[in-house]
Amino acid sequence: MSISSDTETRGWWHRNQMQLAPWLFLAPGIAFFALYVIYPIFQSFNISFYRWDGLGEPVPVGFENYRQLLDDRAFYVSLRNNVKWLLLYLLAIPGGLFIALFLNQQMRGMRLYKSLFFFPFVISQVVVGLVFAWFYNPAIGLWNPLIGLFGFSPMNVLGNPNTVTYGIIAAGLWPQIAYCMILYLTGLNAVDPEQVEAARLDGAKGWKMLWYVILPQLKPATFIAVVVTVIGALRSFDMISVMTNGGPFGSSRVLAYYMFEVSLSEYGFRMGYGAAIAVVLFLIMLVYIAFFLWRMWREERGS
Amino acid sequence: MFPTPVERRSAAVQATYRALVPLALILWLLPLLMVALFSVKPDADFTQGNLWGLPSSFAGFENYTRVFTDSAMPRYLLNSVFITVPTVIGAVALSCMTGFALGVYRFKGNIWLFFMFVAGNFVPFQILMVPVRDLTLNMGLYDTRLGLVLFHIAFQTGFCTLFMRNFIRALPRELIEAARVEGVSEIRIFWYVVLPLMRPAIAALSVLIFTFIWNDYFWAVVLTQGVETQPVTAGITAFNSQFRAAYHMMSAGSIIAALPPVMMFFLMQKHFIAGLTLGAVK
Repeated sequence: MSISSDTETRGWWHRNQMQLAPWLFLAPGIAFFALYVIYPIFQSFNISFYRWDGLGEPVPVGFENYRQLLDDRAFYVSLRNNVKWLLLYLLAIPGGLFIALFLNQQMRGMRLYKSLFFFPFVISQVVVGLVFAWFYNPAIGLWNPLIGLFGFSPMNVLGNPNTVTYGIIAAGLWPQIAYCMILYLTGLNAVDPEQVEAARLDGAKGWKMLWYVILPQLKPATFIAVVVTVIGALRSFDMISVMTNGGPFGSSRVLAYYMFEVSLSEYGFRMGYGAAIAVVLFLIMLVYIAFFLWRMWREERGS
Repeated sequence: MFPTPVERRSAAVQATYRALVPLALILWLLPLLMVALFSVKPDADFTQGNLWGLPSSFAGFENYTRVFTDSAMPRYLLNSVFITVPTVIGAVALSCMTGFALGVYRFKGNIWLFFMFVAGNFVPFQILMVPVRDLTLNMGLYDTRLGLVLFHIAFQTGFCTLFMRNFIRALPRELIEAARVEGVSEIRIFWYVVLPLMRPAIAALSVLIFTFIWNDYFWAVVLTQGVETQPVTAGITAFNSQFRAAYHMMSAGSIIAALPPVMMFFLMQKHFIAGLTLGAVK
C-alpha cells in the first residue's frame, strides 16, 4: 500500500498513526461483527417481548411468551434433553483421552492410524447423522445384528421415545471423541519425558502415573476439550434435524431445534416465541462464556 | 512417553497391540464402512437381502456416476464451493487485520474488544437466527449465496480474531519495534513485516474455516431454500427424497457430500491439526 506523497498529510498521518492504525484495522471486522452478531443478540431479546409472524406488525405482549414457556410441555422435554446432551456429551473427554492413550505409541504407520481415528470429526454432522440413522435402521442397519451377538433383542433406537435421544447423542459422540482425542494426542506430545521417567524411577505407574503426573500436565488440553464439548452439546441441531426431525412425538427435541421449529415451521412462524426460547438457550450458554472469559482474563493479567 | 512404549514390553504384548489397533479402527469406523459398502452395491442386493455381504457385482462406478448425472448434486457441490471459498477469503482477511490491531497495539478497550469477538463466537446460533434472517431479507439477499457468505464471514471473524490475535502475540515484538525505529509506517509494518510471518496461521485457519463452512447446515436452511443456492449439506436432503429407499444411491451421495473436507484434511493435515489444537498446549 502506498501512502500519499503530500508531505503535510504524510506528516499528520505519521504523528497520529499509532492512535489511528488500530482502529483502521479494526473497523471492517467490528462493523461486520456488530451488524451480524452483536446487534442481533439485543434484537432477539427485544423480539421475545412481541408476538410476531415475521411479516406483519409485531404486537407487544410483555412477558407473555415467557409465561407460555412455563406451561409448554415441549419446552420442558427440550430442556431435559439439553441436560442429557450436556452430561452425556462430556463422555467424549474420557473417551478421547482413552483412545489417545491407546494410540500414543511410535509403531510404524501410527500416524495414519491416528488420522483415520480422527477423521469422523471432519465429516459434516449431516452425513454423520445419515450414516448413524442407517446404522440404527432395523431393516438395513448393522446395529441390531451387532447387539444380537451379545444376546440383545432387536430394537428401533430412533423410533422409540425412550431411546431416541441416547441414540442421537451416541452418534454425536463419535466425532466429538475424535476431536478430544486429537487434543489429548497433542497434549501428550508435550508431556515432559523427564518427569515421566523420574516418576517411573519412583515406582509410579498405571493409574497413579496417569492421575498424578500426566493429567496435571494435560490440563490445557482438558480445558479446551471441556469448552468445545459443552458448546457442541448446546449447539446440537444438525443431527436431530437429519435423524429424527425432533421425533418421534417431539421426544428428541432440544432447545436449539425446538426454537427453529417454532420460528420457521410450516405450522406458522412464531418469531416472538422462538426468540424467547433462544434467549433461554443463550442465558444457559452465557454461564460458560462468562467462565471462559474469566479464565482468559486471569491468564492475560498473568502474562 | 506415557503410556510405556510397547517396544519396551514383551514380544507377546507387542504382537497383541499390533493386532488390536487395526481391529479397533475397524470397529470405530464401522458405521462408515457400512455406508461405503452400500455405496458400491447394485440395487438388486438390497431387494434380495444381501445387505452386508460382498456386493454381488461391483456397482460403485455406476452409482457414483449416477450421483453426478441423475441428480442436482453437482449444482449443490458448486454452490458449496461458491459459499465456502469467498467466506474463507473474507474471514481470514478481516481477521488478519483485527488480529494485528488487537495483538500489536496497546490502547484502551483492547481487551474488551477482544472479549467481544471471543464471546460472540460462542453464542448459540438461535439467538441470531430471527434478526439475521430478517436483515438478510431486508437487504434483498435472502436465498442468495452472497447473503449466506456475508453472514458466515461476520460470524467466523470471531473465532478467527481469537486465533490470529494469539498467534501475533507470540511473534517476536523486536521485529516490529525495529521497523518503527526505521520510520516504517504502521500499514507497511502490517503488510511487509507481520503478514509474511502469519503465513502458517493463515494456512491453518483457511483449512479449518473451509471445513466449518462446508459442513454448515443450520444457516444454509435458514438463509437459502432452492437448488440454485443451497449448499450440499442442505441439498443432500432433497437428494435423499429423490432416491428414497435406494440406499446404494443415498450412500454414494453422502460420501460425495462429505468428501471435500476429508480430502482437505488429509492433504493439509499438519495445518489442520495445528489450527485445531491451538491452545491445547501451553
